[in-house]
Amino acid sequence: MKVLMFGWEFPPFKSGGLGTACFDLTKGLNNQGVEVTFVMPTAPDGAKSDFVKLVAADKLSRTKKIKIRKINTILTPYMTSESYDDAIHHHTEKITGTKGSKEVYGDNLHEEVYRYSEVAKAIAEDEEYDLIHAHDWMTYQAGINAREISGKPLVVHIHATEYDRTGGNPNPYIAELEYKGMSEADMVIANSEFTKNNVIEAYDIDPEKIKVVHWGIDPHDEKYKTNHTSAISKKDKLVLFLGRITIQKGPEYFVRAAKLVADHVPNVKFVMAGSGDMANKMIEEANHLGLADKILFAGWLKGNDSHKAFQMADLYVMPSVSEPFGLVALESMANGTPVLISKQSGASEVIQNALKVNFWDVAGMADKMIGVLKHSVLHEELSENSYKEVMSFSLDEPARKTIDCYEQALGGERK
Amino acid sequence: MTSICFYFQVHQPYRVKEYSVFDIGSGQSYFDEVKNEEVTKKVARKCYLPTNKLLLDLIKEHQGRFKISFSITGTAIEQFEKYTPEVIQSFKELAETGCVEFLAETYHHSLSWLKSKDEFKKQIEMHAKKIKELFGQEPKVFRNTELIFNNEIAHDVEEMGYKGIIAEGADKILGWRSPDHLYKAKTTDKIKLLLKNYKLSDDIAFRFSNKGWEEHPLTVDKYTHWIKEVQGECVNLFMDYETFGEHQWEDTGIFEFMRHLPGRLMEHGHIDFKTPSELVDSYEVKDELDVHHIISWADMERDITAWQGNKMQVSALNMIYDVEKEVMLTNDTKLIDDWRKLTTSDHYYYMCTKWFSDGDVHKYFSPYESPYDSFIYFMNVLNDLKMRIQQTQERVEVDSIE
Repeated sequence: MKVLMFGWEFPPFKSGGLGTACFDLTKGLNNQGVEVTFVMPTAPDGAKSDFVKLVAADKLSRTKKIKIRKINTILTPYMTSESYDDAIHHHTEKITGTKGSKEVYGDNLHEEVYRYSEVAKAIAEDEEYDLIHAHDWMTYQAGINAREISGKPLVVHIHATEYDRTGGNPNPYIAELEYKGMSEADMVIANSEFTKNNVIEAYDIDPEKIKVVHWGIDPHDEKYKTNHTSAISKKDKLVLFLGRITIQKGPEYFVRAAKLVADHVPNVKFVMAGSGDMANKMIEEANHLGLADKILFAGWLKGNDSHKAFQMADLYVMPSVSEPFGLVALESMANGTPVLISKQSGASEVIQNALKVNFWDVAGMADKMIGVLKHSVLHEELSENSYKEVMSFSLDEPARKTIDCYEQALGGERK
Repeated sequence: MTSICFYFQVHQPYRVKEYSVFDIGSGQSYFDEVKNEEVTKKVARKCYLPTNKLLLDLIKEHQGRFKISFSITGTAIEQFEKYTPEVIQSFKELAETGCVEFLAETYHHSLSWLKSKDEFKKQIEMHAKKIKELFGQEPKVFRNTELIFNNEIAHDVEEMGYKGIIAEGADKILGWRSPDHLYKAKTTDKIKLLLKNYKLSDDIAFRFSNKGWEEHPLTVDKYTHWIKEVQGECVNLFMDYETFGEHQWEDTGIFEFMRHLPGRLMEHGHIDFKTPSELVDSYEVKDELDVHHIISWADMERDITAWQGNKMQVSALNMIYDVEKEVMLTNDTKLIDDWRKLTTSDHYYYMCTKWFSDGDVHKYFSPYESPYDSFIYFMNVLNDLKMRIQQTQERVEVDSIE
């Protein structure tokens, strides 16, 4: 089976879980004999992979002489109209030294997405494939275009809805794209029951065509093997937040719980690793609560550094307000670090050996954090059992379920 | 003659509430009164009241030939007294028939024998006193929490004057021998050992409604046939009382099965019913058993890993008994009572991770979301209790100085 896959990022060029998910999924599919052609907006020089064929949309646009003036894109899957505007200002300023010049980029988010979907048409003509698979809203229009040209079935994958990302205040343009993509698709893959329910509630998509494929992990990956400790973690207990510091990830609940914990446990430090539009607010909040020396802001950790952070920590906390899956929780477990995750997450559907709490229950969150920090037997049992549990995960299981969806899409009636 | 001996275990723990670390020092109760009341009332409605009525009817119908026995824990009795006094009343009516025996156990359904023989004895005495008060009987036969048993327990219980003790008829202690005789432990002199026939007991308690079981549905005729096949003097059918109506719901036909079983069995001239004490008085010991390792009636393993299988469980139980002496020295009845309620085995069972780590989460029966949560709440409560001990000690010191 050959699949034309539209994605937006691929390791090591990624800003979040979507990159890891795409990478792991293609790896798993490849193990099962599925050939994947992965289309991404720009193929930076370092992006190479042994098992997928990467096609860069921007390079193709030049070779095929598509009439859209684009060489590069600064889109990311977590972008909003506002952050696109910010990014383009920032970017053009850096290059040209003039503020607000947008001549080499799409004028706005709409235009960038449109350009990408136009390029997709050329790729759709060029490549050979049995089925189209598009990841998240930015690529849905590209998938729809490819289907029009090829007549092949379209499977769209929803990793997060606009409602998840914005805490319930969706950008109407993005919501419309999500709705259109999922309505028109032959099959929809949701990464959790949580996401499936959100999709049904927000977009009224036929539940019959939504299949849940939980993310997997390759627990035997070398990156989980090394054992890092640090000067901080020897002297103090360490509680980790790792993720984008945005409304979706619930950073303020973490900071408020940290305050309660710091009042109770003397040698504790909190690390917030990540960046995002709430980062400054969280720094201010930490200062305001008198936690300036307790909460360390580590910025965005790349690659191996995130595994180091997990291994140094006594507990990883994922207080997300709305977490479609939460692959980081599995990564923490694979690094031997127990997890405390919000019940508003897909991961809480599949993980047993974890502490779980409602994201708004700050006192409950703090109680569980204190429990792990104070009782070494609890920490040991959780670490051992969650490590054992994550070892039973694989990349093959999600790949098999994805192939089931492909087969259903291929065998089903075309709409 | 083959004698059928029914013994039903009746127990309700005082479930600990979701007691946060921030509740320490607040003076509030450790126990979830809402939940405990709700569960007691629900199980009374579904199981205790209808089953007591059914058994009373059967005793009357068979004019004294149908006999049964119960072990009712002190924590269950207290909650019946508080929330469902009609359950106490119905047990009293059963007691008055003279066909019902009440067994001895630790008042708080505790694991005390493992940690403190002193406390073990005290809890058995408390329980015997309560049974005497309510039902006018002095228990003669002992059953330990979860049928935890070995040579040494048999010895200790014999010293306390009991004439019989109940244990699991586990393969690992019986080998080729049958559970359908009386035995004795190697370390004892006179006390007789009654072993559970786990196959015939679990056919009712666990498999009755299992549609995947090849013998499903279990009919009275089929079960009577199996009992007739038994070669020994007794068939000990020991099970949780909550089997009736709670574990096996009414719509499985469990009540109808029980309604017709005694009459059908007694159609055969060589089958009768006896209570545990009557078994002890009627039959001689067949053989001696040498039980070094601790056994129980739990799980396939028949061991104590459901209560002491991980570090949290071991640590929590150790810490509770570490403060025993200090608790007793306070002479504070409320404090001692709270401590004893925390010795109930259920609290440690809720911390069991073996089903979580094996992926059999559906086997985790607990009021909490996970064993880790139950450990956190329990430890918070224990820390509050320790603080109260310290406060009481300080008060005593101040008093003595004054």
